[in-house]
Formats: sequence, structure tokens, C-alpha cells
Amino acid sequence: MRRRSSAIVGAAETTELGEIPGLSQLGLHADAALNALADCGLRPSDVDGVACAGESPTSVAHLLGITPTWVDGTAVGGCSFMLHVRHAAAALEAGLCKTVLITHGQSGRSRVGAGGFGFSPASLQGQFESPYGVMGPPTLFTIPALRYMKDFGLTHEQLANVAVVQREWAGRNPRAMYRDPITVDDVLASRVIAWPFHLLECCLVTDGGGALVMVSAERARDFPQRPVYVLGTGESVETPMISQMEDFTTSRAFRVSGAMAFAEAGISPRDVGHLMIYDAFAHLPIYGLEDLGFVPRGEAGRFIWDRHTAPGGRLPLNTNGGGLSYTHTGMYGMFALQESVRQLRGTAPAQVPDLEISVAHGVGGMFAAAATVILTNER
Amino acid sequence: MSDKPAREQRRPRPVPTPETREFWDGARAGELRLQRCRACRRAYFPPRPFCPRCASREVETFRASGRATLYSYVIHHRPAPGFTPPYAIAVVALEEGPRMMTSLVDVAQTPEALVLDMPLEVAFLPPDGEIALPVFRPASGARS
Repeated sequence: MRRRSSAIVGAAETTELGEIPGLSQLGLHADAALNALADCGLRPSDVDGVACAGESPTSVAHLLGITPTWVDGTAVGGCSFMLHVRHAAAALEAGLCKTVLITHGQSGRSRVGAGGFGFSPASLQGQFESPYGVMGPPTLFTIPALRYMKDFGLTHEQLANVAVVQREWAGRNPRAMYRDPITVDDVLASRVIAWPFHLLECCLVTDGGGALVMVSAERARDFPQRPVYVLGTGESVETPMISQMEDFTTSRAFRVSGAMAFAEAGISPRDVGHLMIYDAFAHLPIYGLEDLGFVPRGEAGRFIWDRHTAPGGRLPLNTNGGGLSYTHTGMYGMFALQESVRQLRGTAPAQVPDLEISVAHGVGGMFAAAATVILTNER
Repeated sequence: MSDKPAREQRRPRPVPTPETREFWDGARAGELRLQRCRACRRAYFPPRPFCPRCASREVETFRASGRATLYSYVIHHRPAPGFTPPYAIAVVALEEGPRMMTSLVDVAQTPEALVLDMPLEVAFLPPDGEIALPVFRPASGARS
């Protein structure tokens, strides 16, 4: 794809975040969509491309009164919205549509109008994983970590410290759900969920949503907000079964997606001023930093411990507080994108100064899928 | 959802498909069955009627040794149907190469007792209907 051929011109989250019992999952999509359209001065009737996950684009388009000429219902988990950005950029460049709306809404906490969990007992997961006592992401996403800890010497304290540093960022963000400072000892003293993971090393479970509006770069300056251009993107999938991941110490999907995005953008990790790595659990930023090439293999725990990703560090990471402290509806990727956009507009609560390039990297399922979006505010 | 306490509920029971029937038939007969490609000789799991490496449909089922090592795990501390927490959810590396998720039996469900790379051997839970679930225990030579 051509660099900077499209831009994000509208971006917003749901009016509220956290506990929203008064809106269904579909209602959260709509609330986020209306906020993002207001952000760029458009109405639903101006939209001709719709992408979403969790709900069908048919449902979202009909609810909002949109007649699309392009839809994308790619749903590969929490990074789906990063894939939507990538697909929308291609569709805009190909002329399949002119104005794309990407929506996320999830009633993860209140479970109002939300879909069910679980696998069919005849699926491969149902036959070969579910019988062993797995109870959702806290028992699946976490399984590779112990292998990584043994192979690379990552300590329990270094793993806990990921949550500590992200809480520092959350403390600067009034919309973050948890803002009080925590220590490594606090994390290790919190309830064990799935050893080696404690409660504070697991993401929140909240209600909320977000939406983005994308147009071609030629039109991007016609809107009230500073445009955020798409510089490079990547996507991949590996396996729906965590037990079948090729290597428990590195994600193939992360590596493929990241390398593709950096090659397309024509930059290296050294050029990146701000980074979002989807953090459903504390080990994910460690895998992400290494698999995207920011830190050599086995060194990310120490890198975070040495405060390089903390406020004042050279690589600000998860500056909204992340899924561990800001919010996590279930498919968090939209919130990582929203923070990258805020940072590049210069409107983030914990603003990184003089920023030009931000990377938002997402995971889907349990290391099952990945997508990487590199954004810039420089035309 | 049932309101029965977790201990009265059973583990989720697999429903075999035509592609996995031989695996579950083997488990009920006390055999851990894998498949391998006749062309490239690679063993693989989970079952499918073609080789995931070279796409050959010339594949065969064979009885695996049942020997494995502990690749990674978590110890879950919350309730689950058919389990008494805390219990380990493990992934083992089979001697033939493939990995599979499993439960660990005849061993304390503690970080001290469960050491990565420890040798294991397959065992089978008492059948629940047509399903005898493969699980793993410390290898007989290695048990104290």
C-alpha cells in the first residue's frame, strides 16, 4: 500500500467507560460511532464503508442508517480493529468507498446484549483444550509465560513490574479505571489467578467502545481535527489453540505483522516515539517489544525494569494505562488505536512531546492473531 | 448455565468428529495415537487427514510412546466444572514432536513439584461415556 494514502480524521470512545448497564453491546457501537462522527463533523449518511467486530457490519449499518458500498466484518479477536484500519486503507486507495466508519462496542462487564463465550465440544479447542479445565483467557493466554521465564530468566518481579509501570501512566489519565500507584510487592501479594499470574497482572473487564473515521489523504485536511496518516500496516494469524503455538517464547503472528508494517512504513523501531502494545496480561508487552524488534530477545523484562517505557523514558509504552489499568472491554485493540490517535493529535492526557510516529500493535484470541498499525501526523 | 456446585459438574466432554475418531478410539483402548505423513515422516497433532507440513493425504495413525516432557503450564486458582482448585493446566512436548494440552496427575499441583522439562508419561482417566481423556503423570523412572 502507498504510504500516507489514507488518514484517520475522526476518533472517539464511548461517552462513558467502565460500567455502562444502560447500553447494550450494539448500543455501545452506536454511541462510539456518533461520537467519532461528531469529532469530524460528519453524519451517518456521509459514511459509505462500515467495519466492525463483535457485531455484524449489517447490524451497525442498519442501526445508524448507513448504506455502505464496502463492509468488513473481519473478527479475529481484540486486534480486529487494527485489521479494519489496514483493510480500510486498501479499500480507500482502491476507490471502493470514500468514508469508512470502524466501530467497537462491548458490554464485557455488564453483559447487556453480549454474545456468549466458549467453543463447541466438537471443535478442536473443545476436544483438545476445554476438557483440561480452561476457563477463558486467564487460563490460556498465560500458559506460554512460564516457558519464557525459564528460557530467558524473566523474574516474577519483572513480570509484576509491567503492571506497576502501566499504573504510573494510568495515574496521569483521568479516564483510567485504576489510577492509584502500586508496587511490585502489591502485585505479587494480589490474589493468584493462574500462577504465575496474579490479579494485578490480568486486564480489567469493562464496558465501552470506540470508533474511527477514515478517508483518503487528499480529503484529510477538510476536517476539523489534525489528520493522522496511515504509514504502514501488517496482519497475520497463527493458531486458534494456544497449545499449538510454534514457540511459547515468541509469537509468529507478532513477528510477521510487525515486520510487514515496518517494511511498508519504511522505518525502523528506532524512529518510533510512542508505542501501544495490547496488554491483556502482563507478559504481552514483553513479547511485543521483542517480536516487533524494539528490544533483543529475552531483554524486554529488563528494558521495562530500567524504566525505558515509563514516564520520562525513551519509549513511552501504553500511555493510557493499558488494558491492565485503563479499560479492557474484551477486544481492547480499539483503545490502543484511540490512544495513538490522541498522542499524534497532541491531545493525550499523558502527552508525549514532539511526537511524529506512533505504533499500535494488537493481539487477537490467545496469540491467535495480530495486527500492527503505524501512524504519523506528518503529511 | 447450571447452578450445581463445580465439584458436582463434570469436565467438558469432547465430541469426536470423523477426523478425530481414531484418536478417541485409541484413548479408550489405552493408546495415545498420533498421525504422521508417509511422505515427509513428520508426526503431527491434532488429527487431520492430511499432512500440515506438505499437504500430502498419504498419512497414517500410529501409537505414540506416551513419553513427554513438561513444556509449560499455569496453576489455576479459581473454580471450574469438574476440577478442585488449585489445579495445573499444562502443555507437554511429546517425544515424537507434537505438543498437547493436558492435566497432570499423581503429582502435587504446586510450582515446587511441577518443574519444566520434567519427564512425563501418558495415563488415561476412567471413561466418561466414550471418552477416556489422556492425562500425564511423572515418568515411572523419575518418580521418587
